[in-house]
Amino acid sequence: MSEILSQLIEKNGLLFSFLFVGIIMWVSFKISKTLLKNKIPGVALAVILGLTLAFLGDKKGIADLSLFSGMAFFGGSMLRDFAVVATAMGADINKIRSAGLVGVISLFIGVFWSFTIGVICAYFLGYTDPASLATIGAGACTYIVGPVTGSALGVSSEIIAISIAAGVVKTIVATVGTPLLANYMKLNNPHAAIVFGGLIGTTSGVTAGLAATDPKLVPYGALTATFYTGLGCLLCPSLFYYLLRIVLNG
Amino acid sequence: MKIYGVALLSFCFLLGKLLGTLLGKIIDVNGDVGGVGFAMLLLILINAWVNKKGGLEIETKEGILFWSGMYIPIIIAMAATQNVKAALSGGPVAIVAGSVVTLSAFYIVPLLSRIGRGQTKTDKDE
Repeated sequence: MSEILSQLIEKNGLLFSFLFVGIIMWVSFKISKTLLKNKIPGVALAVILGLTLAFLGDKKGIADLSLFSGMAFFGGSMLRDFAVVATAMGADINKIRSAGLVGVISLFIGVFWSFTIGVICAYFLGYTDPASLATIGAGACTYIVGPVTGSALGVSSEIIAISIAAGVVKTIVATVGTPLLANYMKLNNPHAAIVFGGLIGTTSGVTAGLAATDPKLVPYGALTATFYTGLGCLLCPSLFYYLLRIVLNG
Repeated sequence: MKIYGVALLSFCFLLGKLLGTLLGKIIDVNGDVGGVGFAMLLLILINAWVNKKGGLEIETKEGILFWSGMYIPIIIAMAATQNVKAALSGGPVAIVAGSVVTLSAFYIVPLLSRIGRGQTKTDKDE
């Protein structure tokens, strides 16, 4: 029986991975809601759970186990990039206008800042080649920008994993830190929330952090944050990487 | 039909990747440079252009929105298939980079909030 089952699953690997990821998300969102009272967003928890499960395998994470081989295709770069592009459907040019000049400025500064500080951190911790540095810097933008940049520049899975982890840490720090530092940031009006969303950018962290501060601010932060990942995917592997190479060679 | 949406999405994706790869050739990087960003830009522009003429049909939109909804599950599958053992042997770089970036960005919020504050308020009054 068990042999029939494992054969069935291996033959239908991709479909099994749909089921498996569905279960991971269900468990994560349940834990986030009940045990953690939404203090850590379900998405961040699910990504952490995913990274933890990757320890079961080696180079390809959990996909090294034949039962879970479908995960490699499901989480591979083709479907990932495809889904990331699809999220642009929610972007509305009129919304960009309503965020105003300050929204656009904070988005550009936010992406540039995260990338630069991320690169500097990685540099001091011993990474020197521009592609790895750019990937970790991009991961410090969001856990999507990192892998997108990394696979565009052809870095190893190890560096990509680091960039995802950096993005997840950012989400958690944003979620937990926002309500604590809200007073300092004068985060008590829509205007500041728009700036906040553009500077931090990681959508789940921004929305969860704002929800813990003042739920009324969530849509304003989300307004700019939704553009952050797209802008990061555009700038990090191109202009920023190019500039980084010039800086490192010069 | 839903496939029209998926087809449109694929068109944007491939054209974006093509632009990214060509840009990569120009700046002498092996690979696609900003392709995903170009593709997103393309989709936003096409969507805005079509909206002026009445917008995409609901079914067509749904074909795209389905993939947009699969974004988080795919990220989780991606996380589960990374070489985390090797990443962990790389030391604390992820924790340091993630925390320093976020906390330092917090401190810019009040500075940037000064820009155009009155303007947003008038926008809201409209």
